[in-house]
Amino acid sequence: MAKQPAAVVGVGQTHHRAKREDVSMAGLCREAIDRALLDANLTLDEIDAIVVGKAPDLFEGVMMPELFLADALGAAGKPLLRVHTAGSVGGSTAIVASSLVQAGVHKRVLTVAFEKQSESNAMWALSVPLPFNMPVHAGAGGYFAPHVRSYIRRSEAPTHVGAIVAAKDRQNALKNPYAHLKNPDTTVESVLASQMLWDPIRYDETCPSSDGACALVIVDEDTAAASPNPAWIHGTVMRSEATTAAERDQVNPQASRDAAAVLWKQAGITNPIEEIDAAEIYVPFSWFEPMWLESLGFAEANGGGWRLTESGATAMDGRLPVNCSGGVLSSNPIGASGMLRFGEAALQVRGAAGEHQVDGARRALGHAYGGGSQFFAMWVVGSEKPSN
Amino acid sequence: MARTLSAPVTVAFDYTRSTGPVLGRFLTGLRDGKVLGGRTSEGRVVVPPPEFDPVTHAAIDEFVEVAPTGTVTSWTWVPEPVKDQPFDRPFAFALVTLDGADAPLLHALDVTAPDQVSTGMRVRVRWADERVGAITDIACFEPVVGLDGVESDDPGPDRARPQPRNEAATERSRPTDVSGVVTPVSLDYLYAASPEESAFYRGLNEGRILGQRCPSCQKVYVPPRSACPSDGTPTAEEVEVSQTGTITTFCIVNVPFLGQKITPPYVSAYVLLDGADIAVLHLILGVEASEVRMGMRVEAVWKPEEEWQYSLENIDHFEPTGEPDADYESYRHHL
Ligand SMILES: [Zn+2]
Repeated sequence: MAKQPAAVVGVGQTHHRAKREDVSMAGLCREAIDRALLDANLTLDEIDAIVVGKAPDLFEGVMMPELFLADALGAAGKPLLRVHTAGSVGGSTAIVASSLVQAGVHKRVLTVAFEKQSESNAMWALSVPLPFNMPVHAGAGGYFAPHVRSYIRRSEAPTHVGAIVAAKDRQNALKNPYAHLKNPDTTVESVLASQMLWDPIRYDETCPSSDGACALVIVDEDTAAASPNPAWIHGTVMRSEATTAAERDQVNPQASRDAAAVLWKQAGITNPIEEIDAAEIYVPFSWFEPMWLESLGFAEANGGGWRLTESGATAMDGRLPVNCSGGVLSSNPIGASGMLRFGEAALQVRGAAGEHQVDGARRALGHAYGGGSQFFAMWVVGSEKPSN
Repeated sequence: MARTLSAPVTVAFDYTRSTGPVLGRFLTGLRDGKVLGGRTSEGRVVVPPPEFDPVTHAAIDEFVEVAPTGTVTSWTWVPEPVKDQPFDRPFAFALVTLDGADAPLLHALDVTAPDQVSTGMRVRVRWADERVGAITDIACFEPVVGLDGVESDDPGPDRARPQPRNEAATERSRPTDVSGVVTPVSLDYLYAASPEESAFYRGLNEGRILGQRCPSCQKVYVPPRSACPSDGTPTAEEVEVSQTGTITTFCIVNVPFLGQKITPPYVSAYVLLDGADIAVLHLILGVEASEVRMGMRVEAVWKPEEEWQYSLENIDHFEPTGEPDADYESYRHHL
């Protein structure tokens, strides 16, 4: 039996901040959930199942948070699943939720992903020294910086391209009422003048540490009929690969390329840059925009990505607007960041993105990656019901 | 000699918890010497108050002060208390339904033998000497009837008192409501290296760098991984690799962070040792950070032998050999 059509009819997110000391983890999730349900014109009682995601438990120090959250999430008497794929988890969680609808198991699934980074210190949590090993690890920035350097070398990119991405996303964030960072003065020059943290990554080229949550309501065809603007799911894909294989390409990982190829095929897309109207790509460090543009097939490998970015094509008014929401560079509640990409893609094709709406967006990409570039989750959503 | 090496590791952090308005109200009550429950849409009084109503899912906003006395509805005996439990000698954990509440609260009960506790017994709150707005403000419960048989003050049930629903209506003078608590977590692990890694660390204790070759793809893994990550084949053939190699790529760490062992700035580099097919991450010294290059040839600098352990830290750092840089083509497939 073929997949059942599924659509996003509700998108909700919190106001993302460095510290949301006004809410508990449950309250944070409910802020996003209540907005998503309001958007979907549904109540918790009408939801069949709930899928929750967040990044490593060490980030809040709560083992299996889904246990204590079950009541607040309205999960009593319903299936409750938790998904975990590091930084890509928000995307994977949305895909697991959509698969429950596409498989015909449930009609109305609520999915929520969150992180309350202020409860801990992610840099510490990602750098706990292990016995026998050399303590040279330095958080996510320390992990990814060498691979950014590899990209710059392989593609012979000019060094200001990362700053172009950072300035663009921070300006886009000014149009997003939920974004964490609101720095109207950010320019390419100010980014280049910011401190070098993990050389070659500068302070302004890194994502913030945020508290926040995102929730989506994903429903079957019958339920979607009541929605004025469903975002139909045209393709979903997840891929993984080993972290430590010899000669593994960490700039353009095999799993990423494979995932993209499958995604475009599912969505019936042969020329992504022409056929995708808006992309929300997981860019926690600015250079990952050109890197993922290449890996996703929007541009030629080893140089096409930075040329696209440098040309202005990824700006709001460009050929392929990327991260009109401000992206991960402007809000990074890690566990929720992937779902925010998926949700923002849905908002674009629903015409509901407000000030950061791309006019007439009909098909959009949501993308997330996690771990040491080893987990990938992506979807394509569209304003029209898929024909395949 | 054990086949594998292991060492203790402690993961500890003082996590914070934003309480949100409902649990914040409960903890504020404890600080003020009151036990507050939340009234649900079905009229039940639950202690501590649930953040959201189990039926309507709305945020709980009606609070009720219940009595500091109550009835044990069930209990369990703790014969061997562990660290950080309320008592360091045997005691009971009890479910106590406070007078005015409809659901029990779990807490410690100060009794010293299991025959001193029973379902249905009357107990009361013993407050901590200093109250800070935490569940430990209730030090424990204690029997209303003392072990000497003398009944102390038991005001009896029917003590529930509604609390003002509107925060603004409460007295002005009280200190700020509790909005967060600190919950220190400390986990003690025994970190065990695999047999293959153990061989690697033992090699380091002899001044050698050992890898293993995959019999399927012929790649040499340093450290050895038990099975090849690419094809899953168990690796067995031991290979000693060179102490000299090439920097493929690197990062200059300028940022200080909690738990950091090396003072920034420092160069953290992938070093592809001659004879290996995967780079190891290590520290580069003996050269200005700004002079470090991709392709730079470096060699291991060992600590004095008397400091050696089973650790990659036996290699203090890598430093330039002075050889010409490696040709880009020789390492580009490692980027
Ligand atoms: Zn192999």
